[in-house]
Amino acid sequence: MKSYETVIGLEVHVELATKTKIFCGCTTAFGGSPNTHCCPVCTGMPGTLPVLNKQVVEFAIAAGLATNCTITQNCKFDRKNYFYPDLPKAYQVSQLYLPICRDGGIEIEVGGVKKTIGIHEIHMEEDAGKLVHDEWDDCTLVDYNRCGVPLIEIVSDPDMRSADEVIAYLEKLKLILQYLGVSDCKMQEGSLRADINLSIREVGAPEFGTRTEMKNMNSFKAIARAIEGERKRQIEVLEYGKKVNQETRRWDDNKDTSFAMRSKEDAQDYRYFPEPDLVPIEISDEWLDTVKKRQPELRDEKMVRYETQYDIPEYDASLITSSKKLADIFEATVAICNKPKEVSNWLMVETMRLLKEHEMEPENIAFTPENLAKLIGLIDAGSINRTVAKEVFEVVFAENVDPESYVKEKGLLIVNDEGELRKTIDEIIASNPQSVEDYHNGKTKAMGFLVGQTMKAMKGKADPGMINTIVLELLQKQ
Amino acid sequence: MKITDETITYVAALAKLELSDDEKDRAKTDLENIISYMDTMNEIDTSNVEPMSHAFPMKNVFREDVVTNGDERDNLLSNAPVKKDGCFIVPKTVE
Amino acid sequence: MAEIKLQDTTPMTALELSTKMKAGEVSVEEVVKKQLEIIKSEDEKYNCYITVWEEAAIARAKEVQKLIDEGKLADSSLAGVPIAIKDNICTKGELTTCASKMLSNFKPPYNAEVIERLEAAGAIIIGKANMDEFAMGSTTETSYYGPTKNPRGVEYVPGGSSGGAAAAVAAREAVIALGSDTGGSVRQPCSFCGVTGIKPTYGTVSRYGLIAYASSLDQIGPIANNVADCASVLEVIAGHDAKDSTSVPTQSYQYTKALVDDVKGKKIGIPRGYIGKGLDEEVKASILAAAKVLEEKGATVEEFDLDIVDLAIPAYYVLASAEASSNLSRYDGVKYGYRTSDFEGLGDLYKKTRSEGFGQEVKRRMMIGAFVLSSGYYDAYYNKALRVKALIKEGFDKAFEKYDVILGPTAPTTALKIGENLSDPLKMYLGDIYTVSVNLAGLPAISLPCGEDSKGMPIGLQLIGKPFKEADIIQVAYSYEQARIK
Repeated sequence: MKSYETVIGLEVHVELATKTKIFCGCTTAFGGSPNTHCCPVCTGMPGTLPVLNKQVVEFAIAAGLATNCTITQNCKFDRKNYFYPDLPKAYQVSQLYLPICRDGGIEIEVGGVKKTIGIHEIHMEEDAGKLVHDEWDDCTLVDYNRCGVPLIEIVSDPDMRSADEVIAYLEKLKLILQYLGVSDCKMQEGSLRADINLSIREVGAPEFGTRTEMKNMNSFKAIARAIEGERKRQIEVLEYGKKVNQETRRWDDNKDTSFAMRSKEDAQDYRYFPEPDLVPIEISDEWLDTVKKRQPELRDEKMVRYETQYDIPEYDASLITSSKKLADIFEATVAICNKPKEVSNWLMVETMRLLKEHEMEPENIAFTPENLAKLIGLIDAGSINRTVAKEVFEVVFAENVDPESYVKEKGLLIVNDEGELRKTIDEIIASNPQSVEDYHNGKTKAMGFLVGQTMKAMKGKADPGMINTIVLELLQKQ
Repeated sequence: MKITDETITYVAALAKLELSDDEKDRAKTDLENIISYMDTMNEIDTSNVEPMSHAFPMKNVFREDVVTNGDERDNLLSNAPVKKDGCFIVPKTVE
Repeated sequence: MAEIKLQDTTPMTALELSTKMKAGEVSVEEVVKKQLEIIKSEDEKYNCYITVWEEAAIARAKEVQKLIDEGKLADSSLAGVPIAIKDNICTKGELTTCASKMLSNFKPPYNAEVIERLEAAGAIIIGKANMDEFAMGSTTETSYYGPTKNPRGVEYVPGGSSGGAAAAVAAREAVIALGSDTGGSVRQPCSFCGVTGIKPTYGTVSRYGLIAYASSLDQIGPIANNVADCASVLEVIAGHDAKDSTSVPTQSYQYTKALVDDVKGKKIGIPRGYIGKGLDEEVKASILAAAKVLEEKGATVEEFDLDIVDLAIPAYYVLASAEASSNLSRYDGVKYGYRTSDFEGLGDLYKKTRSEGFGQEVKRRMMIGAFVLSSGYYDAYYNKALRVKALIKEGFDKAFEKYDVILGPTAPTTALKIGENLSDPLKMYLGDIYTVSVNLAGLPAISLPCGEDSKGMPIGLQLIGKPFKEADIIQVAYSYEQARIK
C-alpha cells in the first residue's frame, strides 16, 4: 500500500454568549418550550427587519484578536439563499465577501511538537432552527427558538494532519473562546460544532485530494473516531482505484461509520448578495483599541501569573488553567481564603477525581468558591480532620452544600475535649492488654492499632495529633 | 444572452417553481428578451466604479444586547397552515 | 349638526375635513359612514379595495371622536381622516394579502410602523387597497383580486403597483392613501389617475411592516388630491425608526412648512433624455407648459444632460428582481399563507405551494432574480447593476450641484387600456423609464397632475429633489398647484 497523508480543515460554529439574538431582542437562553423564544423578526414574518446586536460584533472582534486575525474594518453582511424548514426566511444572513476577521492562526502542541494552524477567516451569521421528527404523525416539527442565535464560524486552513492535531486545535480554540467569555462552548448543547473537511493524498503529492465534509459531530471523541473512519474509507476508495466524491457526509457515531447525505436534488447555488436590510459595519481604530483593552487575560498569561503571584508549581498552574471554569473557581476561592496551594490541591486531586468518576467536564462544576473556602477554613481551624473533609467535599461537589452547617448538622466537628478523649483512651488501653504488652515488647505497630481503635470509637471526629500524644503518654505510664 | 431549456429548468429549481411546458416556453422567450435587454448595461464601462449597495453611506446601526421580547408563540403560529405541539409542521425531513 | 352631503365632505382636502371635525362641525362617525357609502356605491366599478374595514372603521371613528372631544388630537392634521392603505403594509390582525393568493389568508400579528404613526395621529383606516401582486407591475392587473380600473376612464388601467390606492383617492373612495414606491409605484399610478403622490428619500419612512419587494428600493409614500395633504401625511409617517436599520435620522420632518407659494430663485433642470425619444407628444407639451408656468413664477428653468438614463431600467430590473427572489423565498406554505393541499414530501410542498400561490409576473421576476444571482452570472449582472447604480447616483449628484429640483414627466404616456401591456413584460418595464432611476439613487420625488391628453386622461409632472430635501419638491409642487388652481 502507498503511503498516505490526511489533510484536515475545520469549520467551527460557535454560538456566542450574548443575552439576545443577533437581529432581535429575543432571549438566547438554551431550552424553553418550542417557539417561545421567538418574535416576528427571527421567524422571518413578512415585513419584518433585522437590527444588528452590537455585542455580536464585539465578540467576533475579540475572537479575531485572540486568534491573531486581521480585523476587517469595513465589513458587511450577505444573504445566503437556500430553502430548508429550519431557515424561515429561506436565506441565512451571513458574511461572504467581507468577513469580519481574516488571516489568523493559533499554535497547538502535539507530542511536544509545536505547530501553527492557520485561520482563514471568521464570519458572523445567524443560527437556524431545530427540526424534530414526530414518530406518531411521521412528520417533522419545526422549533425556531435557536433561530437567530448569533454564531461565529471559524474557518481554519487545511493545516491539520491527524485527529490528535484536530483535537488539540479544538481544545485550544475552546479555551480561548471560554477565556474571552465569547461562548460557553458546550458541545452537548450545540454551542460549539465542528464540520470536518478531510482529504487524502499520497505523501509528497503537491495537490490536495478531493475532500468530503462531515457534519453532526457532538463530542471530541466522536470527532476523533470520525476522522479515523473517514481516513480509512477514503484510502480504501483510492486503493480500489476509484475517486473520492466531493460530498457532505453524516457521521453516525453509534454505527461508527459515515453516510453520504442524500445529494440535494438541486445544485448548491447559494446566490449570495449583500444584505440590503443591514448597513455596513465600520470598525474604527478607536473601537478596535477599546475591544483590545478589554481583552481578558488568556491562558498563557494566567499560568505565568499563577506561578509568580500565587507561588504554585507550573504543573498546578497548567492543570488549573486548562479550564476557564477551574481557573475562575481557583481565583475566587483564593481571594476568600488566601491559601493558593491548598485550593490548588483540592481542585487538582479531589475535584479532578470526582469529575472523572461522574464523567463530567469542569464547566459543569456546581460548587461555589465560597463553599470550597469554607471547607478549607474548617480544616485550617482544626474543626474537621482531612478524612472527614474529603467526605464533606463529596457532598459539596454533588450538592454545593454549605460545609459549615453540614458538619454541624451531621455532628462531624472534631472533639477537642481532652478529658473525654483521655477517658476513651483509658478505656481502649484497659480493654486491649495484649497490645499494651506488645508495645512494651518493642512492637511499636501496636500503638497504631490503639490509635485506630480510638479514632473508631470517636467516629473520626478527633484530632489525630492529639490522640497520638495522649496514647503515647498513657502507654509510657503503664 | 441565449436562454436554454436547461437554464429555465435550473432557475425554476432555484426559485422552487414547477413549470408546465407552456410556462417553460414562455419563460424562455420572456427571460431571453429581458436578459438581453439587461445586457445593454455592457455598453458602459464600469471598471473604475465601485458597486454601490446602499444609496447613502449609512454605517454602524446597532441595538444593545437587552432582552425586549417575551413569549409570542400563539401570535407566531396564528397563521400557520398546520401546527402541532407549539410547532410548525413540515413533511418528514430526516431519512 | 348640519346635514352633510357626500359632495360636501369628499372633495374637501384632508386638512379641511379634519379642521371641521375638530371644530365639531361634523362628527368623525358621519365622515367615516359617508366614506363607506361612497365605497359601497363606487367600488364595484373600480375595484380599488381588497378589504373594506366597515365595522373597524366605525368603531375607530368613535374612539377618535372621543380623543378629539378630549382635545387630544388638536395638533393632528389627520384626525378623523379616512385613509386607504396599500395591501402590502401590515395591519395587525387584519388581512394583508399583497394582492396574492399566496397571502390571501395572512393576518399579521403586528402593525407596520406607519400604521402605528397614522393611528396615533387619529387617521382612520378605511380599507386595504388593491395593487399589483407583491407590488410587481405597473398596471394593477396582476392582482389576484382582479384589476383596478381607472376612475378617469374605466377601460384604462390605473397604473401600478399602487393602483388601488391612487384610484381610491381619485374616485373619492378615500381622502388620502398610502402606497409604496419601488420603481415608480406611487408616482406612476398618481400620474395615470390624476392625483398627487410622493416617493420620499430612501430611509425617510420606516419600512418596518412593509412587505418587501426590493428592500434597497422600497419606500412608503402618501397619495392625496393635493400637495398639502401629501405633505401632511408624510409629516405623520416620516421619522426615524430603530426597527429599520436603513431608517435615516434627519433634522426636520416638518414638510408642511414648505407649503409656500414661491419659486423665485429656484433652479430647475430638465434632463434632455426625459423629454426626448419615446415620450408622447401630448405629455411632452404638458410638461413643458408646466415648466413655463414655474419659469413665469420666477424659477430659472434649463435643459441639461443627465447621463445613462437608459441604463436605469436594466439596472433596476436586475437589482429589484434579485432582491425579490430572495425576499419572496420565505413563502413556502409552512409558516403563513397559502399551502398546497396535495403534495408528497418537502420539495413537492415547496414547489406546488409556490407554483400555485404566485402569479405569472411574480414567478417571472423570481426566475430573473435567481438567474442574475446564480453562480457564474453574479458579476455580469448583479454586480454590474450595482456599478451602474453608482453611476446613476453620481449623475444626479452632479446635476444637483446646479439645480434644486429636476423636472420631467412621470411616465412616457398617459394610462394605457386594460390588457394592452400584459402580454409583453419588457414593454411594461420600459414604461418605468422616468421613475426607476429615482429609486436607484434613493431620491425624493413627487408626481402631480399637470393636464390631460386629448382623450381626457391625466398627465403627471414629476419633480425630483436632493436627498432628504422633500421640502424643495413640495414647495415647487405647491407653487405650481396654486398657479393651476387660479
